[in-house]
Amino acid sequence: MASQEFDIPELQDYVEIPPVTVGATGHLKPYVAGAQFQAPLGFPGELVENWQEKAIDKMGELLGKYRSLQVFLDSCVKCGACTDKCHYYLGTKDPKNMPVARQDLLRKVYRRYFTFAGKWFPKLVGATDLTREVLDDWYSYFHQCSQCRRCSVFCPYGIDTAEISMAAREIMDSIGYGQKYCNEIIGKVFKIGNNLGLPGNAIENTLEGLEEDVYDATGVKVKYPLDKPGCEILLVTPSADFFAEPHIDGLIGYGKVFHEAGVSWTLSSKASEAANFGMFIGSYENMRKISLRIREAALELGVKRIVFGECGHAWRVAYSFLNTLAGPWDFLDPRYPVPQHICEFTYDLIKQGKLTLDKSKNDDMVVTYHDSCNVARASRMGDFPGGQFVIPREVIKAACNHYVDMPADTIGERTFCCGGGGGLLTDDLMELRVKGAMPRMTALKTVVEERSVTHMAAICAICKAQFTKVLPYYGFEMDQIVSVHQLISNAIVLTRRTDDEDEEGGDEEGDD
Amino acid sequence: MSFLTIAYAALFYAATAIMVAGLVYRVYLFASSPAPLKIPTTPAPMSKAGVGLRLFREVVFFESLFKGNKWTWIFGYAFHFGLFLVLLRHLRYFIEPVPTPIVLIQPIGKYAAFAMIAGLAGLWARRFLVDRVRYISAPSDHLLLLLLILIGVSGVAMSFVFHTDVVAVKAFFLGLMTFDLRPLPGDAALLVHLFLVAVLMIIFPYSKLLHSVGVFFSPTRNQPDDPRERRHIAAWAKKLEQS
Repeated sequence: MASQEFDIPELQDYVEIPPVTVGATGHLKPYVAGAQFQAPLGFPGELVENWQEKAIDKMGELLGKYRSLQVFLDSCVKCGACTDKCHYYLGTKDPKNMPVARQDLLRKVYRRYFTFAGKWFPKLVGATDLTREVLDDWYSYFHQCSQCRRCSVFCPYGIDTAEISMAAREIMDSIGYGQKYCNEIIGKVFKIGNNLGLPGNAIENTLEGLEEDVYDATGVKVKYPLDKPGCEILLVTPSADFFAEPHIDGLIGYGKVFHEAGVSWTLSSKASEAANFGMFIGSYENMRKISLRIREAALELGVKRIVFGECGHAWRVAYSFLNTLAGPWDFLDPRYPVPQHICEFTYDLIKQGKLTLDKSKNDDMVVTYHDSCNVARASRMGDFPGGQFVIPREVIKAACNHYVDMPADTIGERTFCCGGGGGLLTDDLMELRVKGAMPRMTALKTVVEERSVTHMAAICAICKAQFTKVLPYYGFEMDQIVSVHQLISNAIVLTRRTDDEDEEGGDEEGDD
Repeated sequence: MSFLTIAYAALFYAATAIMVAGLVYRVYLFASSPAPLKIPTTPAPMSKAGVGLRLFREVVFFESLFKGNKWTWIFGYAFHFGLFLVLLRHLRYFIEPVPTPIVLIQPIGKYAAFAMIAGLAGLWARRFLVDRVRYISAPSDHLLLLLLILIGVSGVAMSFVFHTDVVAVKAFFLGLMTFDLRPLPGDAALLVHLFLVAVLMIIFPYSKLLHSVGVFFSPTRNQPDDPRERRHIAAWAKKLEQS
């Protein structure tokens, strides 16, 4: 893409609802997937000849497969409660980024072809034919939705624009009009095992390097095992954790926590990716295929538990869908939920007093916490509703003396997306990412100015990558975003030595 | 029997048939389409009882809308609650003898109509005054509000200005229910009121009024948050496992 030539929103004291500015981001379109990226997913390589007919057929098929789609397309009353809730609308002012207007791009076609009123009185109910112009609008604006579900919190019928976006992307994929970023990545998972295309030996090298670094820093031999059979726990983590900052500091933290817990654990080169981009493109089949890699890895390695690293949409697929897609998990230890989040794991240890944490090690920071959208509104942690808000905060507070929350209407279930979720974390959508981050940046600015916050912690690989890139646009430093387990890693006092590592795991493997 | 009576009787039989058949079909469609994935908007209740309570709060208090927009909530609530009381009041035209609670509610229902109309007016004003809501409004959104306001205004007019022979009206509707036609009074306000109500009934299953049943089938609201505890799988997805 050409160099970024767009206005960066100026941060105010609070987010003002912008006036409708028609067409403000109509020019934004991510790269279209070429045939080489479509084929591995089972999609046509280019826009098929009878795409109109095929798209309507696909829509009909999806209506029969997803109650959400049918109910959501029928139930909207255009009350407007969602219109000022999307971070992309707030940041771009483009009315088609209002959730209801985004849904209407699909709904008006649904009405035209599937409803009595739309067939006979299209003008009256705002129904339109599926023209090339409409299709291009779909491509543009259904790739300006991060599937964060904020709109669904405020809708009186719970209409979730994420479901509509997923269906629209599935329709577009089926007629050969897919998005390069998502589809290329899914292809890499099928071929190599993770989004970044890191082969097993590259991961192995990285992990060996980490072991040396941690040993140099602490004098303790913390292990970061890969493909080690017979372990208690399989850790599935986003592949960004293997090399990106601050992700990798989180991975170091997970290893230290497992070390202190005295449990045996391993990563898997086959399941070296927690994220599941199959969800972003609304493809049940692809999402299932990706999930099954985790099942296969768990069976091959003979683990008893599965723990997920810090990753937002991944945790949605893991928590909400994994049992459906790749279960039943009856071969795992029934005493633990499948899967568990690393924050749940660490939180349990903290509650049991099994971790020694020196909070003063993080005294150079005043930390706030960004609730990642899909963790907040599409999953849970612990055994009570809202645990996904409490547990990460308790983990942070156990490792830090100085913790501050951002304003209440920007956290918890009302949290703002980072601006890069749902398959939009690509450079060709930089303008959208910067503008979409505005509401979160505004909230951050508030606590930076009023409460001297220095760092924002997150538990999502996309959030971390997005903020690293976007923070500087707003006058912050890129390293002000940190991993939650990075804070744990800083504070944890390693009390165990590797020689006695196997006393609790009890399995056959000795140290190498 | 006058032509008017026969025409209105036919109209109401047709309207009722269309509304019932349309709604039954739509409910069947909602109920029979599978929900392959667990997608409650969290935090969500973990039990079915909790889900019942969540839906109750949604339907009775408009909980999510309250979070979303206070003006829309106020106007929407005034309209819906007003309508609810007005409908209760109207039961007297369909039940003989009239149950005591319905008798007691008559004076309240009479004035609830004003709350209903005020709420509708507020909702309509938003469609002009708020640029975002203006942008998303189709002609049908305006016309539906107009229709409801006219129903309300013609009803209020009969209560307070152009009184009609309510005893005869009741006889007409009781007669409809037992297929024994009785004459309908020919007052203009009454005829307008009844005609518009019939129109509303006819478009009910083909319009956004479906939100009234849709809310109960919305997976983000009616699913308990228990995916780790219970395996949830749709029939079509199960087939993928067998291939």
